[in-house]
Amino acid sequence: MKPYDFDYELDIAWCPGCGNFQIRNSIVDALRDLNIDPKNLVLSSGIGQAAKTPQYINTNYFNGLHGRGLPLAVAVKSANPSLTVIAEGGDGDMYGEGGNHFIHNVRRNPNIVHIVHNNMVYGLTKGQASPTSQLDFVTPVQVNGVRNNPFNPLAVALTLGATFVARAFSGDQAQTTEIIKQALNHNGYALIDIFHPCVTFNKVNNFKWFKNNTYYLDENYDRKNFGAAMEKALNLDKYALGVLYQDETKKSFEDQLNVYATDSTPIVHRKRDLATVEALFH
Amino acid sequence: MIQSLTLVISGQAGQGLQTIETLLDKAIQQNYHVYSTKEVMSRVRGGNNTVEIRVASESVYAYKHTIDMLFLLNDHSFYRLHDRINENTVIFGESTFIDSEALTKSGAKFIELNLNQLAKEAGSVLFGNTILFGYISGLLSLDIPYCSESIRQRFSSKTELIIENNVKAFISGYSQGEQYENRPKIIQTDAVKDRKLINGHQAIGIGALAGGVNFVSAYPMSPGTGVLEYLAGKGNEFGIVVEQAEDEIAAIVMTIGAWYTGARALTTTSGGGFSLMVEAVSLSGITETPAVIHIGQRPGPGTGLPTRTEQADLNLAVYSGHGEFPRIILAPGSLEDGILLGQQAFHLADKYQVPVFILSDQYYLDSKTSVAPLKLSDEFIQPFFVKSDKDYLRYKHTPNGISPRSIPGYGEGLVKCDSDEHDERGSITEDFNVRVAMNDKRLGKEALSLEDYVAPELVGPKDYKKLVIGWGSTYGVLKEAVESSDDKSIAFLHLKQVYPLSESLIELIDQADTTVIFENNATGQLSNLIKLHLDRKIDEQVLKYNGMPFTIEEVDAKLKEVF
Repeated sequence: MKPYDFDYELDIAWCPGCGNFQIRNSIVDALRDLNIDPKNLVLSSGIGQAAKTPQYINTNYFNGLHGRGLPLAVAVKSANPSLTVIAEGGDGDMYGEGGNHFIHNVRRNPNIVHIVHNNMVYGLTKGQASPTSQLDFVTPVQVNGVRNNPFNPLAVALTLGATFVARAFSGDQAQTTEIIKQALNHNGYALIDIFHPCVTFNKVNNFKWFKNNTYYLDENYDRKNFGAAMEKALNLDKYALGVLYQDETKKSFEDQLNVYATDSTPIVHRKRDLATVEALFH
Repeated sequence: MIQSLTLVISGQAGQGLQTIETLLDKAIQQNYHVYSTKEVMSRVRGGNNTVEIRVASESVYAYKHTIDMLFLLNDHSFYRLHDRINENTVIFGESTFIDSEALTKSGAKFIELNLNQLAKEAGSVLFGNTILFGYISGLLSLDIPYCSESIRQRFSSKTELIIENNVKAFISGYSQGEQYENRPKIIQTDAVKDRKLINGHQAIGIGALAGGVNFVSAYPMSPGTGVLEYLAGKGNEFGIVVEQAEDEIAAIVMTIGAWYTGARALTTTSGGGFSLMVEAVSLSGITETPAVIHIGQRPGPGTGLPTRTEQADLNLAVYSGHGEFPRIILAPGSLEDGILLGQQAFHLADKYQVPVFILSDQYYLDSKTSVAPLKLSDEFIQPFFVKSDKDYLRYKHTPNGISPRSIPGYGEGLVKCDSDEHDERGSITEDFNVRVAMNDKRLGKEALSLEDYVAPELVGPKDYKKLVIGWGSTYGVLKEAVESSDDKSIAFLHLKQVYPLSESLIELIDQADTTVIFENNATGQLSNLIKLHLDRKIDEQVLKYNGMPFTIEEVDAKLKEVF
């Protein structure tokens, strides 16, 4: 049995052909390639079809509330920095319900990987618009088509000072695995927005659409160039895939915590001397 | 018989009331028992704020309405206090600060004290507060070397000249105060001289430290912020991750995430902020991840009276979170309670894997007195998490319903938590039998937790016939009123754990012929819980919800009326 596999049969809740299967496989491949022990990994997710991913990867996980995967992940990482932490969810979960956490954790720069399955639609609640749904997309709620301007997660992350910003496409499992590995190796907040088709509720942005509307950044692309990254992020005619931006000069949130300045022991394994507490009021 | 003197200093925000309070409290403690509290308006500058200091021959810890000595710092520091003065009150200040009609009506005595003028004479208008500190110290015959040293410490960052001029200003104020002919005569004591003076924020903060807190995530909201700031101040020394979250939802979710990882985490807020946290309380419930939540209550609904006090969020805490799951709610009354219950909150949360609330309020948090040097128990700081083995199951069924809790990366197993209904592994399930078994397992912990029910405190005779009941911050005022009552058949029962309620309380209630409960809310929330859970009707409810704590005078009058 390989790491992250189960010794019992799983009952998977995703539709056949869902891009989530490939994303799940890319994550597992990346973790295996990097020899990350499942015992030292924590997956934190919210609610939605994407947020079910931890159920299908045999490791530690906390499948919490809709939109709240990020704050939980940050707490795990800062309470025990020796753990590898991935926060995972869909576009509605992470950009809608959890939008405030997205904004502020980019600023915080915790050393976690943030994987957002972006299929431009709500799956679990059956087909309503998500923050990334395209204009004019018709749904049972947006009956006259989407009127709200689509959310641009990459541009938002860049303007807030994100230190690793990437986009992947689930249909290309090998490339997606590669991007996830780079994100796992990055010391700081790493956003990977992963395009993937929803075979049931999004008939517009289907596999073919993603294939036709994306391209990979070439090897000459300079990921340290913020201006170029911003330009790529803002170009909506064709979506760039790959690592748009990386800044390895900024310290991560945990690296800046005073509690770890001189002692790397995770706080969860430290003991408190009650005499020092008594001294506060004796 | 307690001898006590109530001093009130009235001024506006930004006038340095807190500095005078701090200097005076410590100086007074060298010769007397001291208690102080403050009431402020919700503004950073201006308005009218007061500090009340009680100087006493014995321990006091209650708010008094009637002022013995009132110090006015500006021309709008008197208008809110007309009903707190009488013929025994002496008012110190400039004559222009006084409404002569109100003064005449009250029969209070007025003494001209022009701090501005005295400060100018001492060299600078900036010395006004130091002169007042000196004046009051002179009135109370406080220790000059001790006070001078406090000033030196207070101004230690300033130049030697500034420090010495402040000491001189203090001495000049002192000699003025000493000359006042009717100086109060309170029996002096050095009984509490060496004790620490702390307020409620500090008591709960110390309690959390004693409970092993090593992670704090919170979003500022009065009056819950004081605990955050206190622990932030201790963070470097005690090794605490302190993070100001982007909102209350993040604050509590981070708290839960930290507990999941093995930390002992706290979030602190007030009712409005807690309303935002409610979904995550339910998350703590179903994932059986401990959480400690401090709610510093203030009057609602909505923004309510942001800087005032109330006990109206008990129901909110009891019923917070969708679905059915257990919780424990502790409510400190004394500062010692703040420390001990603060510590126990972490122990109980860890032991029963439930959310535990520390329910305080603005009045509790902002009141200060000497605290007894308690010995802290090591028992409450031992973590409950275990090393996992290969076949570890986070939600394993056990005879008492508590599944051993492991943490990620500690042992050979995996720790899987889910907010969906789950099986023993922590995997999502929709099996109805598993659902019922898991729900029963979780809910069963409520009755189990009563084995650790935090005992109430009984003040007064054991063979009482009349019983006063209170919870949380009404402790001090009810204790003082009952202890000083001439009626020796009255006792006071202070509940420290307000949820779940133990059936052992029934006997205590039944012993009394008459019972009365005092609550700082409009609907008698604890009284209603007692009826619901213990099937006992409290005879009389005394409820106050104007934003202020009960006063000694009110309680005295009510006791006479009811009994």
